[in-house]
Formats: sequence, structure tokens, C-alpha cells
Amino acid sequence: MLEHYLSLAVKSIFVENILLAYFLGMCSFLACSKKIETAIGLGIAVTFVLIVTCPANWAINTFLLKRGALAWAGLPEADFSFLSFIAFIAVIATMVQIVELVLDRYSPKLYAALGIFLPLIAVNCSILGGSLFMAERNYSFGESVVFGAGSGIGWFLAIVAMAAIRTKLKYSNIPNSLKGLGITMIITGLMAMGFMCFAGIQL
Amino acid sequence: MPAVLTKQDRKLVKDALWDNNPVTLQVLGICSALAVTVQLKTALVMCGALTFVLTLSNVSISLLRNFIPSKIRIIVELSIISSLVILADQFLKAYMFEVSKALSVFVGLIITNCIVMGRAEAFAMANGPWKSFMDGLGNALGYSAVLILVAIPRELLGSGSLLGFKLIPDAMYEAGYVDCGMMVLAPGAFFLLGIIIWIQRAISGYSEAN
Repeated sequence: MLEHYLSLAVKSIFVENILLAYFLGMCSFLACSKKIETAIGLGIAVTFVLIVTCPANWAINTFLLKRGALAWAGLPEADFSFLSFIAFIAVIATMVQIVELVLDRYSPKLYAALGIFLPLIAVNCSILGGSLFMAERNYSFGESVVFGAGSGIGWFLAIVAMAAIRTKLKYSNIPNSLKGLGITMIITGLMAMGFMCFAGIQL
Repeated sequence: MPAVLTKQDRKLVKDALWDNNPVTLQVLGICSALAVTVQLKTALVMCGALTFVLTLSNVSISLLRNFIPSKIRIIVELSIISSLVILADQFLKAYMFEVSKALSVFVGLIITNCIVMGRAEAFAMANGPWKSFMDGLGNALGYSAVLILVAIPRELLGSGSLLGFKLIPDAMYEAGYVDCGMMVLAPGAFFLLGIIIWIQRAISGYSEAN
């Protein structure tokens, strides 16, 4: 059992990195990877929200939306899976609000460090993508926690590595029109190739 | 129909296609631009779905713009967008099941596609419905243009076909030609988009002061 979770974690962190293999969360990845500090802050926030929202959406999906999920309410035939998009995004927006309130109350330091990034996470596609993948692959509760954490850590690794590379990049002589977005895409491609070396690892 | 499209309308569309392209210049909506471009067919379907969602969400948000309290506008925008995405998704599931399977979660991810939210926030909240419609259409076309430009080389070089038709003759394979496997995988998409951005910016003369 533990082995299964471990292998799922390795898979979601390295082999099927949510950013480098599925391109999720590219926008904030490109916008916030200029400085290492902001990259670390955003990475932690994304990991945190993914760990909370994946299991929350798992519960919503299993007990309310899936075909047959409402059997406990006497509606075994009901199938509300078409509502999953709107339900997931609502859960994510709410969860982000709750996380914000809790952090503000109990850990003002972390709250101040994350600042503006926390509310923005609601529209980060890696969060919704994580929930949608979880629903599509029929993960169990434990798997959804591990998958959420793994995807978050993978995203964190990628953005922090990118920020470090971009700090060095300032000193290199790049053609004018390739500066910024262009070179960042190409470096992301190289990083994706690097991460692909983990493919085939089985625990 | 010269009277229907005024000069200003045309400018709104043209602007988004070239001078202010959502993907290459505004840096919006890159996630899906990369993920669905392994085949031209999925890319085209994705363009259709995004055009539908973007134009309609722009129009409906612009119609409602005077009634939406500014404090909860993000949630209102999100719910309008997700209802439209549900419509698009159900339509794809009903009439194009194979493609919808191939697109998997990326239809749902139109909700968090930054282009839709970005245009709603930046344009539709401040302009009338007709202008918002043109702006949505322009941005959707600009996005589609980039998607198609990425998808054609990826499918052609990666699987030797276009829209599922084999284009590279068998004789080539017998002579030792091999499909470029990297194009099918993630890095190929990153490189291609990087190169397209480079070319577009070199021609339009835009540069980021880093």
C-alpha cells in the first residue's frame, strides 16, 4: 500500500510533472518566476491549496456528483457529473478564501509572505487541473491527497528552478526579440526534457 | 457588409491578431495552447470551443457590467464562464466523443484560461456588448492562429500526418526517415512556441526590457 502511494508521489512530482508534462499553471509560472523569493512563496501557496482542494473536490465528486453518488439520499440513478466544472471551481474559490482567513489568523508571517498570490491561485489552472485529473482517473481518497501534494511539490520544484535560471539569464546576451517570454519557453522545454529522464522509474 | 463592420471594429480584431496577440504578446492562455496541439484536429476543436466561450462570455459580462457589484465580480465572471464551458463540454461529448476524450481535462480548463478571464476583466467590464463581441472574436482568432501554427509542425513532424491523413510517403520511411518523437512530447511544444514567439516579436519589433 505504501509502495503504491510512494510510486504515485514520484510519478506526480517527476515523471508526470503537472507543469512540464501537462502544461498546467504556465501563466503564473511565466509571470512570477523572475525572482526566487516570489517563486518560493507562490510555490508554497500552490502546494498548500492543491493539498486542500484535491481531497475536498474528491469528497464533492464521490458523495454528490458522480453517477450513483447520491445513493445515500435515495437517488441511485442521479448523475450530476456535468456540474463538476462549476462545483470544482466554486470549491476552489471558497477553499482559497478559507485558507486565506486561516493563515491571516494563525500565521500572519506566512500570510504576509504570500501576499497577493493567494487570491490569484483561484484562477491558476494547475489547481483546477489537479481536481479534474483526480476525477478523471478515479483516485481514492488517499490517492487524491498524495496526488495533490505531489503535483504541488512538482510545480514548486519547476518554478523555483526556473527562477534560479532566470536570475543567471540576466547576464547573458540574448537577441532582443527572444528576451523574456521566448527564451523562457525554450528553457522550459529543456527542463521538460530533463524531467523526462525520470520516465520509467517504478518503485 | 461594409456598414456592419466599422473601421474601429476591424481594428479591434486586427489588433488582437497581430499587434497585441493574446499568446505571444499578452502571455495569456499558454497552458492549453501547448497541451492540445499534438494533433491539428484537437487543436481546431479547442479553437472552436474557446471562440464560443470567449465571445459569449465577453458579450454576457458586458451586458451585465452595470449590475455586477465590483467586490464579487470575479465569482460572477467565473460562474458565467463555467456555465458556458459546461455547454461546450456537453456539446463535444454528444457530437464529437472521440475528440472530447482526446482533449480530456483541457475543455474544462478553459474556465481558468487566462484569456477568458483577462478579456472579461480588461475589456468587457468597461465596454459595450458589440465592442466586447469583436474583442472576444479577435482574441479568440489570435489564440487560434498560434494554436494552428504550433499544431501543424507538431503533427507533421511528430506523426507524419495532418488531420489524420498520412502526408509523408512510405518510400521516405523505407529510405530511413524517422518521425521526430520529441515533437509529440512536451519539450517539442515548448521549443516550437518559443520559436514562434521569437519570429513574431522579431517581425513586429516588440522587445521585453528585462
